[in-house]
Amino acid sequence: MNIYLTYFAIGIGLFAFSALFALFGVYAERKVAAFIQDRLGPTETGKFGMLQTLADGLKLIQKELIIPAAADKILFMMAPAIIFIAVYMGFAAMPWAPGVVPTSLNLGLYYIFAIVAIETLGILMAGWGSNNKYSILGAMRSVAQIISYEIPAGFALISVVMIAQSLNMQTIAMQQGVLSGEGVKFLGFWDVSKIGGIFAWNIFRAPHLIIAFVIYFIASLAESNRAPFDIPEAESELVAGFHTEYTGWRFAFVFFAEYSMMFLVSMISVVLFLGAWNTPLPNIGSVQLATWTTGIAWGIIWVLLKSLLLVGAQMWIRWTLPRLRVDQLMNLCWKVLTPLAFLCMLVSGIWRVFLM
Amino acid sequence: MLHCVQHDKNRIMSNKVINGFTTAWKGLSLTLGHLFASNAKRKVISASDNNYFKQLEGTNTIQYPHQSLPVPEVGRYQLDVEIDDCIVCDLCAKICPVDCITIDSIKATEVIGQTSDGSKKMLYAAKFDIDMAKCMYCGLCTIVCPTECIVMTNQYDKTVFELKDLNYEFSDMTPEDAAEKRALLEKQQAEKQAAKLAAMQKKEAGE
Repeated sequence: MNIYLTYFAIGIGLFAFSALFALFGVYAERKVAAFIQDRLGPTETGKFGMLQTLADGLKLIQKELIIPAAADKILFMMAPAIIFIAVYMGFAAMPWAPGVVPTSLNLGLYYIFAIVAIETLGILMAGWGSNNKYSILGAMRSVAQIISYEIPAGFALISVVMIAQSLNMQTIAMQQGVLSGEGVKFLGFWDVSKIGGIFAWNIFRAPHLIIAFVIYFIASLAESNRAPFDIPEAESELVAGFHTEYTGWRFAFVFFAEYSMMFLVSMISVVLFLGAWNTPLPNIGSVQLATWTTGIAWGIIWVLLKSLLLVGAQMWIRWTLPRLRVDQLMNLCWKVLTPLAFLCMLVSGIWRVFLM
Repeated sequence: MLHCVQHDKNRIMSNKVINGFTTAWKGLSLTLGHLFASNAKRKVISASDNNYFKQLEGTNTIQYPHQSLPVPEVGRYQLDVEIDDCIVCDLCAKICPVDCITIDSIKATEVIGQTSDGSKKMLYAAKFDIDMAKCMYCGLCTIVCPTECIVMTNQYDKTVFELKDLNYEFSDMTPEDAAEKRALLEKQQAEKQAAKLAAMQKKEAGE
């Protein structure tokens, strides 16, 4: 009985986290956008407008749930739930600190990649179910984009997996710091298993993983439908893309999913490339910075901090770069990112055989 | 030959990629600068100030209800009538290109008083309505007014919930007052008419 209570507690805790993060993320997004454009953003609701997203949420909950007369009702109603649940389930295998992981799956990365891909299905359901030309166009674009970008993203991840020799997120995290059981080599020659810190992160264990990280970061922007890859919702062309017809809390859930997805892909990048919950501070002689700043509380702090930095970078990119056209999007994916990702995978293999 | 073309194509492609990244970074560093420059608040200075267009740093927003830009003195905004100074000459209503001023005048039986510039007031304004919803802010009425009682104020923020609230009524007479004045005028005119008639009859009788 107790074990089920724990399951529920973890589920509710993760849900609360993604809801809180969505509230914070929307507020941060609006503030970052405003500052970049020399505006002020929300200022009136609460101190510095901090209650703005809460007020928006309350407004959305009170709104009428409208189903278009010609919509496919079942698909239309199920889509927001599927979009959100797909992303939310991805959090199940994410490690937060040494020993703190909702489910320690041996196939963790594979599971995350698979479950997040289900979001595409939700988007297609939303677009098709709405029976609206803008929605279906948005959904089609979204599906084309996400499926294309899963290839470079997947190969960038595989190049990490080849270095780490594991799909378990917690194992991959463990390898990148002082708690690692096996030897960790900085750039393949300097043993840093006792020094740890930033030198033990995957991107420095094998430097070609920096390229893999950039590829995954770009691909993850496309997978979470963020600018400059936001053609599925392209406000100027498609009203709001696949969620044009949604109102009330159904719309809120689509929004929730977008922000949870932002955090999830950032967290995947952090776990695979940027040292997961490991500290960036190295041990220097008797000053054991890395050992002191490793632990459960520290782990959660580091993982949050790193992920939020990446989320900040996503927002920064959104408010800087213009949207790509469909052909440019496909060009970038197939002619630049995919060959580079293959190259990374090849280098990973050579690295593994000769330098580890 | 074919090999050469392929080689060129590859070079163009890789140049494109590098160019893409450098230009993206240019843009990103520009927005990053703005992100951190935003703590400088905008100064509230008039558009006629020499430095007005030189304010390029920091936030551009004016927190409107809390702050507002000074408006030019000659700006044309909401109309206002000082009804005590009005001699009800109807010039403003006649000049108005969109007929937004409606004046209903009653002749007084005697001089009512003086305006602040010394003009005699001989007419009551039973009705002096300006429909600001129709007004085109040309300012002609303020030019023709002989006593300068109709002016444009610096109030530009006027929003109402009912369209009829945009119809400003400046007359200070109650309908009862107006009716009384009308009755007086009728009585006086009737008396005048009677006097005229009497004089005529007298004249005829005298012949």
